[in-house]
Amino acid sequence: MTPSLEPISELKLEGITKRFPGVLACDGISLQVRRGEVLALVGENGAGKTTLMNIIMGLYRPDSGSIHVNGEEVHFHSPGDAYARGIGMVHQHFMLVPNMTVAENLALGLKELHHFMNLDIKGAAKRIREVSERYELPVNPDAYIWQLSVGEQQRVELVKTLCLGARLLILDEPTSALTPQETDDLIVRLQRMASELAIIFISHKLNEVKALSDRVSILRHGAVVFNGQTANHEPSELAALMTGHDVVLPRNEGSGIQGEALLSVQNLCVRGDRGNLVLDGLSLELRAGEVLGMAGVSGNGQREFADALAGLRPVESGQILFGGKDLANRTPREIIHAGMGYVPEDRQTEGIVPSFSVKDNLILKDFAEPRFSKMAFLRKKEIDSNAEVLKERFDIRCPSTSTATGSLSGGNIQKVILAREISRGPKALVAVYPTRGIDMGAQEFIHEQLLARRREGIGILLISEELEEVMNLSDRIAVIYKGKILKVLPAVEATRERLGILMAGLADPDSPGDEQAEVPAGVVHE
Amino acid sequence: MSAGLMIYNVLCLAVPFSVALLLAALGENFNQRAGVFNLGCDGIMCMGAFLGFMVPFSLKATPWAAYGNLLGIGAALAVGAAMGVVFALVTVTFRASQGIAGIGLQMLGWGLAGTLFRHFVGGVTGVEGMAALAIPGLSKIPFLGGVLFNHNALTYTALLLVPACWFLLYKTPWGLKVRAVGTHPRAADTMGIHVDRIRYQALMLGGAMAGLAGAYLSLCQAKMFSDDLVAGRGFIAVALVYFGRWSPLGILGGALLFSIAQSFQLSMQVWGIKFPYEFAVMLPYVLVIVVLALARKARQLGPTDLGKPYNREMRF
Repeated sequence: MTPSLEPISELKLEGITKRFPGVLACDGISLQVRRGEVLALVGENGAGKTTLMNIIMGLYRPDSGSIHVNGEEVHFHSPGDAYARGIGMVHQHFMLVPNMTVAENLALGLKELHHFMNLDIKGAAKRIREVSERYELPVNPDAYIWQLSVGEQQRVELVKTLCLGARLLILDEPTSALTPQETDDLIVRLQRMASELAIIFISHKLNEVKALSDRVSILRHGAVVFNGQTANHEPSELAALMTGHDVVLPRNEGSGIQGEALLSVQNLCVRGDRGNLVLDGLSLELRAGEVLGMAGVSGNGQREFADALAGLRPVESGQILFGGKDLANRTPREIIHAGMGYVPEDRQTEGIVPSFSVKDNLILKDFAEPRFSKMAFLRKKEIDSNAEVLKERFDIRCPSTSTATGSLSGGNIQKVILAREISRGPKALVAVYPTRGIDMGAQEFIHEQLLARRREGIGILLISEELEEVMNLSDRIAVIYKGKILKVLPAVEATRERLGILMAGLADPDSPGDEQAEVPAGVVHE
Repeated sequence: MSAGLMIYNVLCLAVPFSVALLLAALGENFNQRAGVFNLGCDGIMCMGAFLGFMVPFSLKATPWAAYGNLLGIGAALAVGAAMGVVFALVTVTFRASQGIAGIGLQMLGWGLAGTLFRHFVGGVTGVEGMAALAIPGLSKIPFLGGVLFNHNALTYTALLLVPACWFLLYKTPWGLKVRAVGTHPRAADTMGIHVDRIRYQALMLGGAMAGLAGAYLSLCQAKMFSDDLVAGRGFIAVALVYFGRWSPLGILGGALLFSIAQSFQLSMQVWGIKFPYEFAVMLPYVLVIVVLALARKARQLGPTDLGKPYNREMRF
C-alpha cells in the first residue's frame, strides 16, 4: 500500500445510510474527527458502530452519504483504498492469520515488499521494529500469531496498522478481550499516541470512554443521538443516552439467608482441547440461595469447568458432589435430572438450536416429559401454551413463538435460554457469561431474574469476566487463575483493583495473613 | 528371488505409480490452501487423460506427429485450468456448496471424457506415449538409479515440483496470499487482498495440475485411454492433501506410501503368493483410511477456513 501523500488531518462523514435486509444499520450518520483528537463512538450492540466503521474502511458500500478526507470527497472500494489515505482499523475480532508470523501478516498488506517470486520478509520485520520502537509497542516479528496472548495480538494489530501508514486509527472495542491491567496499559499507550494521530475509539465501557476520549458521539438504532465534550458529561448521563432510558442495574442486596452446601467441587482435574490439564485441582462450594461469582480472565479454565459441570467434558479426577451424588462423568441427561440448570457460554450453538422455533427451544430439555408428550407424540397445545406463558413472563420479544430462535437478537435468545432453564425449577444454575454482548436493557432484566431466583433459594454460579457484573450480583466471589481457585472473598470486600490483581495471578495485597479466610455464605451487604 | 530384489522391484514400480497422485495432490493443495476443496479433481483428471491421449492420437499421421505428446500435455493443462475456472465460478463467485459442486464436476469430467472418447475413437487403441528417459550417469547408480532416474520426463517434473510448490507457497508473495485467504479471508481482505481473485488463481493452477496428472496416466502409464483409467485417483489425491497436512513434502510421503502399497499388492500377484487378490487390491485404500482416521486432528497450521465461501458483506 502506498503511504498517503499528505497526512490525514480530518475525516468527515455526511449522512451515511446503510441497509441490510430487514435492518437499517446506519441512518444518516454524520461525524467528524481531526488529528490530535480522540473521538469515542458509543452505542449498544446493534447500534451500527461496527457497520459504520466497515463503511469507512471500504468493506461495505454505503447506500447513501459521503466521506471526506481533508475536505476532499473519497470513495473507498476496499480497505486498501482507506489505508492509502491513512485510515486504518483494528477490528474487534483480530484480523491476523493465526498460522503465519507477525512479519508475514504485515507483509500481506505491504505491496512494495512483493517482488516476483520473492517476498521481502526481512523488510517487513524491519518496519515492525521501527514502528514498535517509535510508539513503544514491543512485538516480536518472528512469533506466530497463535503463540501470542490476546494482549500481544492487540499490540500486533496496532503496530500492523501503523506500519501500513495509518494515521487515523479506528479501534473497535479494543478492550473487550483484555484483562483490567492490559486495558489500563492500552489506554495509557493510546493517550501517548493520540497527540500525533487521530483516533476513533468504539466502546460501550463508559469509564474507558471517560478516561481516553476528548469528544463523544452516541449512536442508537443507527442514528447519532448525541455529540459532546466528554469532560462535561457523567458516565450515567451517557448510559441513559445510549439506551434511551435511565439504566439502574440491580444489585445483590443480601437477604442473609444462610443456605446449606448445594454443590461441592473437590480437586477437579479436566483436560482442555489440546490435551493439557486446564483444571488442575479446582475446589469450590456453592450454597443454596447465594450467587457465587467466578471472576477471571477468559481462558483460565472457565469454559472447561462449565463443560465438566454440564457433563460435556470428561473429568480426569476429582468429584462434583450435588445433592449427595457425584456428578463427575455423568451424562448431561443425568445431570439435568439431578436439578442442574445451565446457561452456556455459546448461546447460539450450545444454548439453542438456531433453526428451531422459540417454543421448541423452550422444551428442549423436557420434550420427553409426560407434560409435553404422550405415547411418543408431542402435545402441541401444551407446548404452545407453555411458550406463551414464558414469552410473557420473560419478556421475550419475538414476532411469534414459531419464529426461528436464531433470528432473534442476542438478548432475546438469552431470555429464551433463561426461561427454559429457570422454568424447569432447578436447584442450582450455572450461568456462563450470561450478558456477554447483550444490550443494557436485556442485561438489566437478566440480572433481575438471577437475583430473584437467588431469593427463592437457588444456588447460582455466575461465571463472568465483567467485574461490574460479578461485583453487583455476587454474595461471594471466587477468582479463577490457571485452573485453580486463587481466592474466595465476600463481595463486600472486593474492589476492581483487588480483583484485577488477583485475576492476573498476583498475590492478594489485602490478604489478612491466612490464605483461605473462610467467609460465611450470604454475607449481609449494607 | 532375494528380498533385496523384491524391494527393488516394488520401489521401481512405486515411483511411476505415485506421479499422477503427486501431481494432482500438489495441485489440490493449492486449492485447499486457498480455502476451496475440489472434489472434482477426479473429473478434471479424466478430461486431462482424454485430451492427453486424443491429441497425439489424432495427430498420428500428420506432420505434427512429433509434437503430439507435448501438444497433448498442453491441452490437458489447458482443459484442467478451464475446469478449475468453472469450479471457481460456481463455488467462489456463486458461493455454491463446494462438496456438491465438486461431485458435479467429477461426474461431468468423467462422463464427458467417456462420451467424447466413444464418439471420436470408439474401441481400445493405444498411443506410443512418452518413452522413459534415463538420466545419463545418475541412472547407472546401483539401486537408486533404477528407482529414481530411469523414468519419463513427467516423473522428474513431478518430483521437482515438490520443492517448487513448497517455495511457491512459503517464499513468494502469491503463496502468502494463498495461505491467508484459506485461513482468515476477512483478514486478507482488510489487508487489501482480493480474496476471490486469489481463489480463482489457485483453482486454475490446481486444475491445470490435475489435468497434467490425467495426461500422465494416459500418455505415460497406460499409453491408452479408457473410461476407468483414472479409477478414483482424484479422490485419493484429495485425501492425500489431508494426509500430508497441507505440506508438499507430506503429500510426497503420502503419495509414495500409497504407491508402494499399490505396487506391493501387484507384485504379490506376480510372485504368485497365495492371497485372495481382491483383498490385496484393497490394501492401499484401507491403508489410506486407517492413516486418515488415526492422524492427528490438530489443524493449527492448516487452512482453517477450508470449505467456507467468503462473503464480505456477511455480518458475523
